[in-house]
Amino acid sequence: MINILFFAALRERLDCEQYLLSCEGNALNVAAVLGQLKSRSSLWQQELERADLLCALNQQLVPLSATVQDGDELAFFPPVTGG
Amino acid sequence: MSVFVAVQSDDFCLASEYDELRRHSTCGAVVTFSGLVRELSDNILHSMTLEHYPGMTEQALVAIAEQAQQRWQLGAVHIIHRVGRLKPNEQIVFVGIASAHRAAAFAACEFIMDYLKNRAPFWKKEHTANGDYWVAAKASDQHALARWE
Repeated sequence: MINILFFAALRERLDCEQYLLSCEGNALNVAAVLGQLKSRSSLWQQELERADLLCALNQQLVPLSATVQDGDELAFFPPVTGG
Repeated sequence: MSVFVAVQSDDFCLASEYDELRRHSTCGAVVTFSGLVRELSDNILHSMTLEHYPGMTEQALVAIAEQAQQRWQLGAVHIIHRVGRLKPNEQIVFVGIASAHRAAAFAACEFIMDYLKNRAPFWKKEHTANGDYWVAAKASDQHALARWE
């Protein structure tokens, strides 16, 4: 399983905080995971193809080419606005 | 170098942090920055909610402090960021640097704030008289980061 988390405005728009995705032991990249999530609905498609979407794999910022494995924590969120 | 990082809902005391930072006897300079919730120019701000990504946030702040140490000789770095609901004038963030000389402390303080604003997973939501709005990221914050790269 890949533990997928959503934060801030993205979490609210998807109305989803956490989503578990079965990867059946196969290694995928982030772009492939996003592809599976986008296929859920037109809302998910629209929200997850934003150009400014950020991604963290096991709590480190990564590009969409990063490899995701079974047991990983993957997070998607909008640009950060702290400070 | 000592690094202290905290993500907390409680307020912080500037004087206490300063007293901790000036205990480093090899350091002749302490620079501190505090960021506050400010009122809006075009709307009435009732409060603001700071959301974060627990775990990643703390790691990101430590990584930013360590990057600063790689660039400058620093004695101590303190970073405190509050989360949860905050009202206008409340303190949001504290960065304090102790170093041998002032130039490194000033530069490291700016560097840490520029990185924090672009890399640490915090998000602000404003609660205003006209409704609730997520704050959009500013291009000026991204430009501020570019000068260090």
